[in-house]
Amino acid sequence: MSVQPVAVATRRPGAFRSLVSFYLATMRMAVQEQFQYRTANYFYMLGMIAEPIIYLVVWTTIAEQQGGTVNGLSAGYFAAYYIVWTLVRNMNVVFGAPYWEQRIREGDLNRDLLRPVLPLHYDIAYFAGWKVVVIVLWIPLAFALSLLFDPALSPNAAQVATFAVAIWGAYLIRTMLQESLGMLCFWTTRGAAIFDLYLAAELLLSGRLVPMPLMPEWVQEIARFLPFQWAFYFPIESLVGDMSNVELLKGLGAQLLWILIGLAIFRIAWRYAIRRYSAVGG
Amino acid sequence: MSEPAVRVERLLKVFDVPEREAGLRAAAKGLFRRRMREVRAVDEISFAIRPGEVVGFLGPNGAGKTTTLKMLSGLIYPTGGDARVLGHLPSRRERELLSRITLVMGNRNQLQWDLPALDSYELNRAIFRIPREQFVATRDELVELLDIGDLVRKPVRQLSLGERMKAEIVGALLHSPQVLFLDEPTIGLDVTMQKRIRAFVADYNARFGATVLLTSHYMADVEALCKRVIVIHHGRILHDGPLTGLADQFAAYKTIGVALENGQADLSRYGEVIHRDGDWVTLRVPKAETSSVTARLLAEEEVLDLNVEDPPIEDVIELVFAQGRPA
Repeated sequence: MSVQPVAVATRRPGAFRSLVSFYLATMRMAVQEQFQYRTANYFYMLGMIAEPIIYLVVWTTIAEQQGGTVNGLSAGYFAAYYIVWTLVRNMNVVFGAPYWEQRIREGDLNRDLLRPVLPLHYDIAYFAGWKVVVIVLWIPLAFALSLLFDPALSPNAAQVATFAVAIWGAYLIRTMLQESLGMLCFWTTRGAAIFDLYLAAELLLSGRLVPMPLMPEWVQEIARFLPFQWAFYFPIESLVGDMSNVELLKGLGAQLLWILIGLAIFRIAWRYAIRRYSAVGG
Repeated sequence: MSEPAVRVERLLKVFDVPEREAGLRAAAKGLFRRRMREVRAVDEISFAIRPGEVVGFLGPNGAGKTTTLKMLSGLIYPTGGDARVLGHLPSRRERELLSRITLVMGNRNQLQWDLPALDSYELNRAIFRIPREQFVATRDELVELLDIGDLVRKPVRQLSLGERMKAEIVGALLHSPQVLFLDEPTIGLDVTMQKRIRAFVADYNARFGATVLLTSHYMADVEALCKRVIVIHHGRILHDGPLTGLADQFAAYKTIGVALENGQADLSRYGEVIHRDGDWVTLRVPKAETSSVTARLLAEEEVLDLNVEDPPIEDVIELVFAQGRPA
């Protein structure tokens, strides 16, 4: 062998700088992966708008049949709601609980555990990079949908700023909850039934299916004490609705609270879950 | 005497494995009452490895080799006993330890499938907090040693198994680990590639004084790299010592190769004739009788050449597993 041993003076960066560097490297890698498949991105854009267009057509039709509004919500409001919905929905795509099942079964977790970084950091960073691509893809779609459906959207600066923060808050809430739920996979190899139950509750109580004001009063009351609407309805409403500055701040506070609750649940569950890991599948 | 790089004392791993009979009835019964069986994958084993030592970890499938490596690299928690790697408890998964060890599993892909390996290396740089200059120097050196200069720019999915393995090894060594756990690093590779990886591991060990614990089903790997072997079977250590000592301890016979003036002579009265190639005859004789048989051959036959050898290491290992008695 001809190469001589490397002798380079080493100065290791600090923990925080290293974590930032790790996040940026992972995000960059996620973006590169996302751009790798051009056709997949086109299909993804189509998938992005399929579900909201169905909701949009249904609610605008009902609104028109009822003289222009449903429960006081206009066709223009629905258009704005579901156009913004497309972005929030995609910000809500995270490493879901079922992924933990695959990660354990296929042995992918082995790779993650050999790294001196909590897998949660990798998951957050990877999908954060993916979101950057999603936002880029969403902009032309939002523009096209706006031309088609004429949304009633005139946010002020505070609303835009809140929305910009709230979509990332939504991402983190859902990440924490899904990752915590994923810890169940260390106890049961088939957690799909529980995950489905979670998704059903989320569908109804988050504002994904319909804007929250269209739900019965008692459902709205329950939803206020659950995390779902802070990851869905609140970010949309912060841009589309007419929330006061105080309400916007309270909403961001609620998001922060649920992120911290989710993080605490995850950290506790992780501590016990990892002891049960048997590293099968490699 | 330096502190062992790896120290294992009465290390135990027990898995609770669900089991049931085949068939619908047993499946329905399992809904209400599940039968569990305890499997002692690693059964109170003890050993120590000095810094810079290369040790072969041998055993048939399911012997407990990989489970031990997984405990030593912090992937799984031991059920009992104690394991220390570079003075750390692996199960705590401290950065200080994980930054100084690596685990290479021949059948696993640790690189990002869709991207060139260079991108995965960049991620490893961030994960292991490797200063930029050190990273570039180490990466380039490893890439050159393994001769994969052009390959690291291709998406990993487009590499052959051997190319991928070499790219994996580079990724696993970028942070210059002091302890290498290698689990079947040459599995599925052709002979040339196996040799290349063997030479690389030997070189890495010699140059950086790294400690290596290697499992392999290819005895050529073990013979080329390891002076010492630990043989494990049913979770228990059967042998821990020099590779050459295996034959002394377990083989009940030796082989005598002999070339005679009369190549066609019948030698069956000296021992079991196991091979004949032209004038060269190979006999298998009980170990205790080796000297007397050799003396008789030299006295009674016109011997042109003769050598006495231990049986091939593969045969010895087979014997060890067959006998299966703990050391």
